[in-house]
Amino acid sequence: MTEAQEKNIPDVSSDFEPKIVAFCCHYCSYAAADLAGSMRLDYPTNIKILKIPCTGKVDVLYLLRAFEDGADGVIVAGCEEGTCHFINGNIKAKKKVKYTKKILDDIGLGGDRLEMYNLSAAMGQKFADLAKEMTERIKKLGPSPVNSGA
Amino acid sequence: MKAGSNLEKVLEAGKFAVTSELGPPKSADAENIKKKAQYMKGNADAVNLTDNQTSIVRLSSIAAAQLIMNEGLEPVMQMVVRDRNRIALQSDILGASALGIKNMLCLSGDHQTFGNHPQAKNVFDIDSMQLIQMVKNMRDEKKFLNGDEIKVEPRMFIGAAVNPFADPFDYRVKRLAKKIKAGCDFIQTQVIYDMEKFEKFMAEARKEGLTEQVYILGGITPLKSAKAAKAINKFVSGITIPQAIIDRMAKAEDQKAEGINQAVETIEHLKTIEGIKGVHVMAIAWESKVPEIVDRAGLLPRPKM
Amino acid sequence: MIVGEQKPIEEISKMIAEYKTVLVMGCNTCIAVCHAGGEKEVGILASALRIKNKVEGREQNIEEASMERQCEREFVDELADKIKEADCVLSLACGVGPQTIVEFYPDTIVLPGINTTFYGMPKEQGFFVEFCGGCGNCVLDMTAGICPIVRCSKSMLNGPCGGSQEGRCEVNKDIDCGWQLIHDRLKAQGKLDFMDEILPPKDWSPARHGGPRKMVREDLKIDEKPEDEIEGITKEGEK
Ligand code: SF4
Ligand code: SF4
Repeated sequence: MTEAQEKNIPDVSSDFEPKIVAFCCHYCSYAAADLAGSMRLDYPTNIKILKIPCTGKVDVLYLLRAFEDGADGVIVAGCEEGTCHFINGNIKAKKKVKYTKKILDDIGLGGDRLEMYNLSAAMGQKFADLAKEMTERIKKLGPSPVNSGA
Repeated sequence: MKAGSNLEKVLEAGKFAVTSELGPPKSADAENIKKKAQYMKGNADAVNLTDNQTSIVRLSSIAAAQLIMNEGLEPVMQMVVRDRNRIALQSDILGASALGIKNMLCLSGDHQTFGNHPQAKNVFDIDSMQLIQMVKNMRDEKKFLNGDEIKVEPRMFIGAAVNPFADPFDYRVKRLAKKIKAGCDFIQTQVIYDMEKFEKFMAEARKEGLTEQVYILGGITPLKSAKAAKAINKFVSGITIPQAIIDRMAKAEDQKAEGINQAVETIEHLKTIEGIKGVHVMAIAWESKVPEIVDRAGLLPRPKM
Repeated sequence: MIVGEQKPIEEISKMIAEYKTVLVMGCNTCIAVCHAGGEKEVGILASALRIKNKVEGREQNIEEASMERQCEREFVDELADKIKEADCVLSLACGVGPQTIVEFYPDTIVLPGINTTFYGMPKEQGFFVEFCGGCGNCVLDMTAGICPIVRCSKSMLNGPCGGSQEGRCEVNKDIDCGWQLIHDRLKAQGKLDFMDEILPPKDWSPARHGGPRKMVREDLKIDEKPEDEIEGITKEGEK
């Protein structure tokens, strides 16, 4: 670990509210997030949702740019496997997420800050749960060194 | 006489020939070679010296050949095209001949990725077929590969390998014909375990009249255990040991003795095949067993030429 | 096309460590088609390097640029200003790209971000195979259109060797035996007698073994200038 990284050791006690970007597929998770809202389910508000036509549209570069611009964590949420509206966009996304996690590990940010989830439009509760889960995870990891560093 | 070697004389005289094999050590240990040579003395007409076999660095085949000549044995210098280009190959052929080496075996060589220096750059300037042709032209036409004249030509009895068990099977006899056309005088085959397939190969070779044009020596390697046999099947490309042999080994009380029995039986069988002019006994890292195998196969004493 | 793959980020990061402004420069031809060094990969690598720098608290400008072909001066010169401003160029082109910059920008530090591997073809998406070794003396006419030089592990002209088994090369079960392929195709074409001929030793002098190669096409040259003036052109380019 470099000196700079050491300085970035997370201070869990602080009221750190992670910035999380969620790339949500129009056909499933975006609708699920909507549903979670209308069901008045409680989920962290620090999640910025970006609607995309299919997770197949997600690109390694999008994910990296989100981190470069200061996201503490990134979620990719697509349809359940086998139910993609574009046949296999979510499978392609899965591979890109895996590849990006490797890059994140290589550059010292850590692949854990990125996660892919699969859910259907009817799963308002699951959306709320994954939002919580990811927020908790990122809180533990602490703020992205991209923000606090240098 | 092409080279006048003992092996050539034995074969010319129509005697059933025996060659054996000695793997030089992974060191500069001349004693090791001298010791192994004693097992071969009086038991083989000529002894192959492998050329960095399986791409593991070993004492050179030329030097090993000289060392066994000092012990009164006749060498078959193996030469692979993996590590030397046409300049080095021709140079070493001249040198070997000048030392009195009269037999050589032309091979392509195992790929270096198998060995202990997989990072090496390989050469493969010419292939084994072209090597045979090159040596033949050096000997018979007194010409280097580039056409230049050789004043004192190297005299080599030229050997080649064939693997009747490799694929495509229907091409293997044609490939033998091609090696004969290239100019080889004798053949040492890959180790024979699958006798059925080998018989098929020989029948085809006889049909093409090839057994009349070249001396074929069948390859023999005694198995040490059923486990070793399975490992060969798994890791050695170009050899398949039939299940029946593995089962027989597994059942035996003394697997090593069974391996020797099996080798002796294979030789007995080979003697009955038309077109087989001898055997090549490769007891890899088990050279001490050569005398017993040759003796029990009824191949002693070796003829004095 | 020419195939290559990006070097590990760690290696690249070390290579560029001492430079303040790094221009990551891609090429949108072969190396983009094999997803290693086109505009998109430049974006990804540059972004990753910037994040890494922030994580490690290092100050460095990572700039991005790409061009149609890094192996041609016309395209490279369009980015002349950016190249000169940078402390180093990290090229994501095949090995020709960085050397094209070296040729015309004598003061620029040029570093390789790509391991150039072979001339080949994408057999399917994400799977590339080597098909030619640029030997300078093609023998495909004798071998049913399948290259024995790079598709046989031992570059045999009279294969297959004794290691060929079930269509696979002795080197590795993942490698097709080139000579099995040649055999099968010749057989299907009724030309198996091609394999009865002993192909003579290959003349390797037109290959790399003859030293660095060049090709002159008088018919394509534009100016019939005396030699010293041609010299002059080069010098001008060096500026
Ligand atoms: S023979 Fe030579 S030029 Fe032809 S494909 Fe093979 S390497 Fe390329
Ligand atoms: S197995 Fe086939 S591809 Fe491999 S070296 Fe032998 S002939 Fe060449």
